[in-house]
Amino acid sequence: MFVLPEFSALQEAISRATEADALMALHSDRPGLAGLAALLSPVAEPHLGALAKRSGAITSQRFGRTMQMYAPVYLSSYCANRCAYCGFSADNTIERRVLSMAEAESEAMILHQRGFSHLLLVSGESPAKVGVDYLEELALRLRDRFAALSIEVQPLATEEYARLFSAGITSVAVYQETYDREVYKKVHLAGRKADFDFRLETPARAAAAGMREVGIGALLGLADWRAEGLALGFHLAWLRKNYWRTGLTVSFPRLRPAQGEFKPLRPVSERNLSQMIFALRIFDPDVGLYLSTREEARYRDGMIGLGPTRYSAGSCTAPGGYGLADAGGEQFEVGDSRSLAEVSAAIQQKGFDPVRKDWDAVFQVQGDGQQAA
Amino acid sequence: MLTIAGRKFRSRLFGGTGKFSSPEVMKESLAASGCEMVTVALRRVDLNNPADDIMRVLDRDRYLFLPNTSGARDAGEAIRLARLARASGGGEWLKLEVTPDPRTLLPDPIETLKATEVLVKEGFKVLPYINADPILALRLQDAGAVAVMPLGSPIGTNQGVLTRFQIEIIIAQARVPVIVDAGLGAPSHVAEAMEMGADAVLVNTAIAVAGDPVRMARAFALAVEAGRIAYEAGLGAVRKDAAPSSPEDGLGFLR
Repeated sequence: MFVLPEFSALQEAISRATEADALMALHSDRPGLAGLAALLSPVAEPHLGALAKRSGAITSQRFGRTMQMYAPVYLSSYCANRCAYCGFSADNTIERRVLSMAEAESEAMILHQRGFSHLLLVSGESPAKVGVDYLEELALRLRDRFAALSIEVQPLATEEYARLFSAGITSVAVYQETYDREVYKKVHLAGRKADFDFRLETPARAAAAGMREVGIGALLGLADWRAEGLALGFHLAWLRKNYWRTGLTVSFPRLRPAQGEFKPLRPVSERNLSQMIFALRIFDPDVGLYLSTREEARYRDGMIGLGPTRYSAGSCTAPGGYGLADAGGEQFEVGDSRSLAEVSAAIQQKGFDPVRKDWDAVFQVQGDGQQAA
Repeated sequence: MLTIAGRKFRSRLFGGTGKFSSPEVMKESLAASGCEMVTVALRRVDLNNPADDIMRVLDRDRYLFLPNTSGARDAGEAIRLARLARASGGGEWLKLEVTPDPRTLLPDPIETLKATEVLVKEGFKVLPYINADPILALRLQDAGAVAVMPLGSPIGTNQGVLTRFQIEIIIAQARVPVIVDAGLGAPSHVAEAMEMGADAVLVNTAIAVAGDPVRMARAFALAVEAGRIAYEAGLGAVRKDAAPSSPEDGLGFLR
């Protein structure tokens, strides 16, 4: 079982780091967790440019001059949790919607027509509205038409993940939101999500079920981002040791000060976010890094080639938002509203290839493939 | 001339299609490399879609298309991918990659051998990507692989021929062509592999992520040629003591 160090211990490790530690980590091939602590620390800040260069070089070497493109499909805004920061929180008085199977399929096909081949299926955490049966049926409907299907839904049991894997789901993202137990308790007021440890063990359950890829992350703006970064490093390192067949990714959802009614408890600047991305890339050359449309176009354009490997485009965070004219109730407001073509053009302009297909439905097909032959 | 499974190749440099900044740069780089065989990840292309970004720029009359099973975690997945690829017009040539560790992408010897045994029986021309293990190379050859592709160092690392000692044994023992694949980061690395007697090399990352991929492709082509000519011409032995060019053999007393 993954044992997370105390959040205060992570903060101490970071505050002990010296500038010499940071420079050594910057030039090391395997900086390790001590090196990651140094790279996340304030003593590394004057070297942010050097971190960017190193992070970019490692990323190009490992992933080439490419950026993988994906889009989210929001299935439902129903949620059984009360989370202080979230637009879908159970106590918010928004109009709730759950897509019917046909509506969900048609949302996906709109994205298909726009050129997307990698989809992320997202929903609020309400097993009664979007449970395993729903996800399984949707996956079976979509699997042959998309290269890869990921989910970002409520934490499930290992057997449930195994069922979804067989139905065509390739990867699972589940964010701890914060690795600080105190803050976690404060912002997760009610619902299954209030159980910190059940959530913390979810990535391991998804990996144990055979998922190709498992994504973790912290919602930035809740607690000390530096310690969140180090906690992510610990989580990644543990997952790698215990599930060596599973690919790993990290996302960096950031609560931006200007948005919504929830004021970030600990605001994270673009410089902070960048330092976190660079530090994790230098720590783990192989991890996939997402930078979603939560961030503004200017920032996303600037970060191309410096660490992230997955970009979304043209995202809508309301269920039915792509096809239904009356869809309201977004989870959060996007910072980059450009289309796939526009984001792809920006990526190409930076000398990178926006890759739409980097997986194949065949991997998920059960049986031996002889029917097709 | 290099012959693999009855097909002749003028160029001993094989190319890849991953990691390029655009399909156009890829196309130009492959042209500059002079290669005649190109490997393509089945996960990355849509074989049935003529508008696919890679298929659209790859001239299949010019290049022999070598689909690879990158992403496969075990023999079952690799076999399934291979069958479906052939069914959608991918041909019978196959670069077999079974890499259960997404981090190092090192090949699984057990699953690779299993998959080779099955696919050879089904008529595929299998070129397995392997760690530089001489016995495994022999086992694969006996199972019907048409070539073996030992790695120089882990894929994408640009570290060169770190497995030199093992590859020398493979070259000495193999009946089938030996293609050194993965980790070749500089023209000097491929020259080294070719001087050792490798039949060919496969280079992707080092060209794709170079500052100028097109010129780098040309540099690799020249190095492959130089290394091959040196091998054929017969390199002098490496020794510790100096050896005069006009030797005095110490036998001047003989009448």
